[in-house]
Amino acid sequence: MADEIRALSAQLAQDPQSLVFLRLGEALRRKGQLDAALRVAVNGLERHPHLADAHDLYARILTDKHDYARAFDEWDMAVRIAPHHTGALKGLAFLYFKVGDVAQAEAHLEQARKVEPDDPSIDQAIVMMRKGAAPPAPEPSAAPSPPAAAVSPAAASSALDEARVFAGLEGANEGLLLIDGAGRVLGGSLKDKAGTDVTDAVAAYLAGVSQEAARTAKLLGLGAWMGLSAEGQNGNVHLAHPTPEALLLVVRERGMPLGRLAILAQRATLMARRWLEKQ
Amino acid sequence: MSKALDLITRVRGVRGAMLVSTEDGLVVAEQLMEGIKGGAVAALAASLAGRLGRAMEAAGTGTSVFWHLQAEQGALLVVPGDASGGILVVAVAEPDVNIGLVRLELLRAAEAVV
Repeated sequence: MADEIRALSAQLAQDPQSLVFLRLGEALRRKGQLDAALRVAVNGLERHPHLADAHDLYARILTDKHDYARAFDEWDMAVRIAPHHTGALKGLAFLYFKVGDVAQAEAHLEQARKVEPDDPSIDQAIVMMRKGAAPPAPEPSAAPSPPAAAVSPAAASSALDEARVFAGLEGANEGLLLIDGAGRVLGGSLKDKAGTDVTDAVAAYLAGVSQEAARTAKLLGLGAWMGLSAEGQNGNVHLAHPTPEALLLVVRERGMPLGRLAILAQRATLMARRWLEKQ
Repeated sequence: MSKALDLITRVRGVRGAMLVSTEDGLVVAEQLMEGIKGGAVAALAASLAGRLGRAMEAAGTGTSVFWHLQAEQGALLVVPGDASGGILVVAVAEPDVNIGLVRLELLRAAEAVV
């Protein structure tokens, strides 16, 4: 193992752009040298920010360091870049199970099974989870998925640009909607429980909600409104305005407390504001 | 009804509480500090509740159970009508009020009203 690490380090030093950092980071992780593994993964990510395997590696190291929130963000990002990345799907399943969301955990494992029906570790994880035991922490996929940029550079980059509004945010690929004051969608999308796209309908209603919130706060002498949180029977929402002209809606499952949702919305608001400033 | 409102207004930072008819936005009962216009609060809360409710239905989150409008100088906290038989239970509060406590009292009041 030590020889392998030395050889991989030398290889990476010779060609810093190469993908050998994936193997080096993993070797260091397996050896328990987590800080060194983390440095390798972060350096690799700086050079290859659109590489799902790099986010997957980083997430596995973070999981070993018990930094589950950031690990979730990284696996979430990996799936957004490469939706069929089984390592990331298994990772998300593992984390969902850890917070007690068995349904989401199973859904992610089922998704991974559809991609790799012959992978016995997925079946094993599902069985363990149904028995109430935590599925094993995810290991790297046997065959690393190709970088998104290598698959289809143009398509990947255009899809990514829009998705990047909320890049790196927990659950960035769902339940986030950014609209302008006239109810036109600027970024994100929403689906209901049945999977139907409800983006446009919700966007249309939100403009009215925002106007009414502003009017209410003003007429009651409460000053400018800053946010509107609501608990629904099937989900919770938080509405904020990153700029005076834009609105941001964050939708999450009922299980997410309003306080945590507000923190998430605050992060999303900052990201949306930065993204809007660059436009 | 006034006992239910009394429990809400006992929470530190709450400036007033009221029961509002969801349908027409009229005041059913109120306990407000001086300077708060009950009629305006009732009408605006009912209107915002209606719009928010429609947006939430469209988003698939179902009927609203509780909502909270946070503003620079205060907050409006509401348990909407469906949970309380067509009556909105509303509180007007300071910006730094304990939201969890007010929410609890609003839900209790809604139960008592039903």
